[in-house]
Amino acid sequence: MKKKGKSKVRPRTPMSMLDPKERAKMFSEVALGYNLKEAIAEARRCLQCKKPSCIKGCPVDVDCKSFIRMVAENDLHGAFTKIKETNSLPAICGRVCPQENQCEMVCKLCPTGHPIAIGRLERFVADNYYASTSCEEETGSGVCIPIDENLKVAAIGSGPSSLTLAGFLAARGVKVSVFEALHAPGGVLVYGIPEFRLPKSVVQREIESLKNLQVDFLCNYVGGMTVSIDDLFHQGYKAVFIGVGAGLPKFMNLPGENLIGIYSANEYLTRVNLMHGYRFPEYDTPVPPGKNVVVIGGGNVAMDAARTALRLGAGNVKVVYRRTKGEMPARLEELEHALEEGVELEILCTPVSFHGDEQGVLQKVVMQRMELLEADESGRKKPVPLEGDFFELEADLVIMAVGTGSNMVLTQTTPELKLNKRGYILADAQSGETSMDMVFAGGDIVTGAATVVEAMGAGRRAAKEILRRLKA
Amino acid sequence: MLPAGDKSGAGGMNKIVKKRVLIPDRVSEMTIEAPLIASKAKPGNFAVLRLTEKGERIPLTIADADPELGHILIVYLVMGKTTAFLDTLGEGDSILDLCGPLGRPTRIKKQGTVVCVGGGTGIAAMHHIAKGNFKAGNKVVSVIGARSKDLLLFKPELEKISHSVLVSTDDGSLGHKGMVTEVLEKYLQNDPEVREVIGVGPVPMMRAVARVTEPFGVRTLVSLNSIMVDGMGMCGSCRVTVDGKNLFACVEGPEFEASKVDFDELMMRLNAFKAQEQISMELFKQRKQS
Ligand SMILES: Cc1cc2nc3c(=O)[nH]c(=O)nc-3n(C[C@H](O)[C@H](O)[C@H](O)COP(=O)(O)OP(=O)(O)OC[C@H]3O[C@@H](n4cnc5c(N)ncnc54)[C@H](O)[C@@H]3O)c2cc1C
Ligand SMILES: Cc1cc2nc3c(=O)[nH]c(=O)nc-3n(C[C@H](O)[C@H](O)[C@H](O)COP(=O)(O)OP(=O)(O)OC[C@H]3O[C@@H](n4cnc5c(N)ncnc54)[C@H](O)[C@@H]3O)c2cc1C
Ligand code: SF4
Ligand code: SF4
Ligand code: FES
Repeated sequence: MKKKGKSKVRPRTPMSMLDPKERAKMFSEVALGYNLKEAIAEARRCLQCKKPSCIKGCPVDVDCKSFIRMVAENDLHGAFTKIKETNSLPAICGRVCPQENQCEMVCKLCPTGHPIAIGRLERFVADNYYASTSCEEETGSGVCIPIDENLKVAAIGSGPSSLTLAGFLAARGVKVSVFEALHAPGGVLVYGIPEFRLPKSVVQREIESLKNLQVDFLCNYVGGMTVSIDDLFHQGYKAVFIGVGAGLPKFMNLPGENLIGIYSANEYLTRVNLMHGYRFPEYDTPVPPGKNVVVIGGGNVAMDAARTALRLGAGNVKVVYRRTKGEMPARLEELEHALEEGVELEILCTPVSFHGDEQGVLQKVVMQRMELLEADESGRKKPVPLEGDFFELEADLVIMAVGTGSNMVLTQTTPELKLNKRGYILADAQSGETSMDMVFAGGDIVTGAATVVEAMGAGRRAAKEILRRLKA
Repeated sequence: MLPAGDKSGAGGMNKIVKKRVLIPDRVSEMTIEAPLIASKAKPGNFAVLRLTEKGERIPLTIADADPELGHILIVYLVMGKTTAFLDTLGEGDSILDLCGPLGRPTRIKKQGTVVCVGGGTGIAAMHHIAKGNFKAGNKVVSVIGARSKDLLLFKPELEKISHSVLVSTDDGSLGHKGMVTEVLEKYLQNDPEVREVIGVGPVPMMRAVARVTEPFGVRTLVSLNSIMVDGMGMCGSCRVTVDGKNLFACVEGPEFEASKVDFDELMMRLNAFKAQEQISMELFKQRKQS
């Protein structure tokens, strides 16, 4: 990181990583995390500001200042309890939060170029002080409220928004059942984000701790199909939270887009992560092989797909993006990791058509060069195609990572739910309440594809409101 | 009521309560205890199954549902690893994961004569649709075909709910010698009252159904069987081109207007994983032998 202005601030404590050449061949987690010495050193850099700004940057109100002080004092139990007061999934957030745009961006030390590594510290605390969650750790109050079997709340979908809601309510005596359509809970944390960034054992641990709080996970239940919202109220649930995510993959509607060898990033990552296709044929689900891989898109999902393809033995992997490197929505850290591992970037271009052989197997992509016009009202530079400037990329695997839309199974079958023009659920920004009485929604199904911690924030706000209503 | 803490299987243990072999080593039907799915399943719906922790998710049509008993019926053709493994299960065994009902149900309304065309294992899936139409008060004409008489499924069941059952076999061992679509064409020529035709079967059959009904201008639907992973709109594996648009068969189908379907593309995409499917099947056979 570059230093802006002169300062005597000690730089951030670096975190060890697996060697790029080694890790590009395996699925082990790339970032190894701090050890105790490193964590304490980093925590001691914190200024313990009178008016700490870090807390305001966190969508789930983690009291960064206090937990960092406790780390500096080697009180990991205290730090863990402090974080858990507001964040039920710290081991996950410490890994996948875009901290540079949240807590760390507003840290008083940010202008020096060396904000406190809040995410890394959070991960350290969660990993090193992990006891299966008890009420005490969830609430920080030390008071365990017994579960009231009659005070039932249902959550549909098991992504971070629902998990957070479940943790908050269960710790306060509410019986929560989480209904998940797939055969395993976790949402994008399980089917989307790859093992080398977020080990599945970390997610499993969080889910186990919720089970200890008597949260029930009911898999293979499709909200709107197996069970409707009305059914849930009939079965005695007092409130329903919808956290079904934005998992519908988008395509570009280009000629040849359905050739064999073109997959959505969701399909590719689901085959690899949820279905363990990287261990085919031990596991049954096949993953499309690829020697020359082209990934279309410039976000985190594109990076995850590209790095996964590399690990599955691709000869070369190109990420193509229509703007420039500076405009890529991916986290800088993810982009850098991908480049270190050997992913190539092809910027200022967009696919226009795909071509295959007689069997319909993809052979090449025709690309068009783009240029950027000056920023328009929206503030983003607009990419426009350069007339007649085409080139070809040889490819046997193309992964489309050009965004997702709202999951429609539940919304289609629940006409009472009011949606916005893009098909997302209309919900109150504070309480999460929808157009249906005692039905709340949050996470990607309300905002469109966003972040883990924002989904958690929504789950937490809805949980608070539900609790207030249940106790009223 | 929901059993608390039930990890998998909507509302039951997914126990196989009955297995009936229809064609030895090829096609069987299983009655599965799945009360919640049974209470919701409508004609045209399917379910997704996973048999082991390392298994694949595969879609199978809900061929019948009994909400009172809490049972659903599936009929499968042994194609590759997963269906071959399914065939090793029997009464008393359980399906690890069973998820449904999925897909848009068939739009059934009282409208007069409906012709239901089924080929091969597709006859089973077609059966639920025919039954729905019968219950809605429509005159149901079932047109079914197979390679020979022994391979013809569900004839007795269809006879109970159809005004007539017309049969064709490739070898002429029963009914018309030739293809189902020839029987369909003849029927359409003689009965101008047909309101709707629904075809379920192998892709070439469904394509032929589309071709045959076109000159008659009768509304025709086919049920597409593209490769699926989640079965609920999250992967795009099942995408098909219908009327020039890219649609997801699991959430926008599986039934589509026949004349608008790009059957060539569907055929092509069904071969996407041929090589890996063969590897899986070979390994499965080896393990079964040893
Ligand atoms: C590849 C990838 C990488 C990402 N990387 C990051 C990152 O590094 N950092 C970050 O902060 N964010 C990242 N994100 C975004 C983040 O994962 C999401 O914003 C977040 O998971 C949204 O949470 P959610 O609670 O809305 O639900 P989701 O995680 O989307 O989960 C929704 C769940 O609901 C289930 N469901 C859907 N319909 C139904 C139904 N009808 N009935 C029952 N269940 C249903 C789904 O199967 C799914 O399990 C990434 C996303 C992807 C795809
Ligand atoms: C909506 C729908 C309903 C279906 N209903 C029935 C039914 O009632 N009875 C029946 O016998 N079959 C049905 N099928 C087809 C059935 O899903 C496949 O035969 C099965 O997945 C084959 O799996 P396998 O492992 O045994 O064979 P594999 O060796 O994996 O595949 C054999 C062939 O089956 C197809 N196939 C493979 N994987 C899938 C998949 N995940 N999804 C769909 N097709 C796949 C491909 O064409 C492949 O070449 C249906 C398919 C769909 C989409
Ligand atoms: S949850 Fe995320 S945003 Fe909040 S403090 Fe932790 S790392 Fe920062
Ligand atoms: S703003 Fe930064 S320096 Fe200040 S208390 Fe928060 S983490 Fe520490
Ligand atoms: S099977 Fe995944 S979208 Fe249809």
